[in-house]
Amino acid sequence: MFGEYSLGDLGSIFAMQGFAGLILFSVYLLMALGLAIIFGQMGVINMAHGEFMILGAYVTWLTSVFFTEHLPSLFPIYFFVAMALAFCASGALGMLVEWALIKRLYKRPLDTLLATWGLSLILQQVYRSVFGPREVGVTLPDWMMGSLPVTDVVEVQINGLFVMGLTLLITVAVFFMIFRSRFGQQIRAVVLNRQMAGAVGIDTEKVDRLTFGLGCGIAGVAGSAFTMIGSTGPTAGQLYIVDTFLIVVFGGAASLFGTIASAFSISQTQSTLEFFLSGSMAKVITLLTVVGILMLRPQGLFTLKVRR
Amino acid sequence: MKTAPSYMDRKDLLALAVVAALLLVVFPLALDGFRLNLVGKYLTYAFVAVGLVMCWGYGGILSLGQGLFFGLGGYGMAMYLKLEASSVENTKIQSTPGIPDFMDWNQLTSLPWFWEPFHYFIPTLFLIVLVPVAFALLIGSAMFKRRVSGVYFAIITQALAAIATILIIGQQGYTGGVNGITDLRTLMGWDIRTDSAKFVLYFVNAVLLIGVVCCAMFVRDSKLGRILVAMREKEDRVRFSGYSVANFQIFVFCLGAAFAAIGGAMFTLQVGFMSPSLVGIVPSIEMVIFCAVGGRLSIFGAIYGTLLVNYAKTSLSESFPELWLLGLGGLFIAVVLFFPNGLAGIWRDYVQPSIDRVFKLRSKDPTDPGHDVAKAAAAAAE
Repeated sequence: MFGEYSLGDLGSIFAMQGFAGLILFSVYLLMALGLAIIFGQMGVINMAHGEFMILGAYVTWLTSVFFTEHLPSLFPIYFFVAMALAFCASGALGMLVEWALIKRLYKRPLDTLLATWGLSLILQQVYRSVFGPREVGVTLPDWMMGSLPVTDVVEVQINGLFVMGLTLLITVAVFFMIFRSRFGQQIRAVVLNRQMAGAVGIDTEKVDRLTFGLGCGIAGVAGSAFTMIGSTGPTAGQLYIVDTFLIVVFGGAASLFGTIASAFSISQTQSTLEFFLSGSMAKVITLLTVVGILMLRPQGLFTLKVRR
Repeated sequence: MKTAPSYMDRKDLLALAVVAALLLVVFPLALDGFRLNLVGKYLTYAFVAVGLVMCWGYGGILSLGQGLFFGLGGYGMAMYLKLEASSVENTKIQSTPGIPDFMDWNQLTSLPWFWEPFHYFIPTLFLIVLVPVAFALLIGSAMFKRRVSGVYFAIITQALAAIATILIIGQQGYTGGVNGITDLRTLMGWDIRTDSAKFVLYFVNAVLLIGVVCCAMFVRDSKLGRILVAMREKEDRVRFSGYSVANFQIFVFCLGAAFAAIGGAMFTLQVGFMSPSLVGIVPSIEMVIFCAVGGRLSIFGAIYGTLLVNYAKTSLSESFPELWLLGLGGLFIAVVLFFPNGLAGIWRDYVQPSIDRVFKLRSKDPTDPGHDVAKAAAAAAE
């Protein structure tokens, strides 16, 4: 399949597809980070994760509409406001859901799957009723449009760069939060041994709620970033949920490093294959490879020893 | 005093008789041809639900990829019917006569190798069951031997269902793409589109379903069924008792796959097409909810659950399309939170005791002092 391209062409193709893969990687990673916190750390299967992401996307869209109509002078920086709002909205909804639904189901992980699937159907219908069935796209501020030429054949889009920078920032923040802060220490303590954590005075219910909220909030930011590279519809979240779960499982469920590694390898494989094969075949081959590896190595790429 | 075979007790026999009467007598008499065909379509999902009762309820394995097996069975039947419909005379306007129309549109000039066996009816019947079972065997032995279970199994089977849909849609020339395989006409010269054919097919379907139910009951009440339940409750203890847990899990997963495949084939026959929309994640999860609504431990509940949810779906989405998704979502949450044993649980906890009370009052015989003792012993044994 490489026959008809010269070596230089191949280099450019890999660079361009690699860059496209990095954008995909950013979105995957943002979605998977939230899910890795919820699924990996708490053991809850949140099938509505995509819908939390879409909530963030809709909040971003609403903010952009608000800024165009009422604060056009501040439009260039609306995106930062939108992201903060998206984080808060998705996080708040997440905490509400934890309190109303997930709290009762910690002992039955397979049932959280069914219940959150039901939740995702409800949210989809709510989005459809509130925002309409058509996809919406946000207007980007001028400074995010266009692309930077790197060489004469390779160029990179500014919004893509922005999404990448954002992903890097959020990933670092999440790592800092989980591995350096006091709250992160509490989360890890609850994961390692719930009863002991409770015995030394950690309010495990509160930690659960905040952890779930944090995961959903990150999904909201992911949705916000998602609006920059694609349009948002009521069912867009469902398209990504299986990929995201595979990423988290492939990386090793309790390992955040594993999530990054697997998001990177999956997105790069897919976008490189996409150039040579049709999009659907690229996806099929990537997913089949992942499933195949998972069948041979069910614990995923990286494992964390956890005492159950 | 037992006249029934040893693997069925009287209650099960009664329940079986009620289901048989409902499917074979009440529905055909009460419903018109269109509605009866619709019920027949719902009943094909009940095959999957019964399979899920065995896998999930008794074996503790939640598969979110049953749509894959339903689809494999359905596509098997559809491929046979399509080949029969695309005889050389019927397709002489194509640039390559004798191959299905969608292949011709996609510039294929000969039949792909995996379509060849579907020229013949008997091999088709075997393949409809064998191909899904082979897949289930492959998936099951790869995963259960490595002690993957629970959540991970669910996610991976779901991914497989998603992959299958993408593959079917992407490979238009071989599979008919997003429209699926349509325009099916005859089964060995017998036109399946006529009302009388649909009527006959409904009965074939109902009888097959009852057969599957009997098969499931046989497995459930055999020693194998006991081991399945033991495995679900305490996998390690069964393993340490010397049983190969993985082999039992593989068996029950294959059984579920075979049931789903039969359902898929009957779906194709009754509805007249097969498409990727019945393979993917959404139908697979919906099939789980049919099973959960009926009660994940009740074989008969699966049938009633399927009929009820589908009836609600059809009537709600006819009159209030927006409400249907809300209703379905609410149903998922309600079943999980409040009725983990579904309809069968409600029946057992509320309806059955009052029926028992009525019968007890009537049949209470003062000259039989052993009656209450026997009853209490039976209750204690349950």
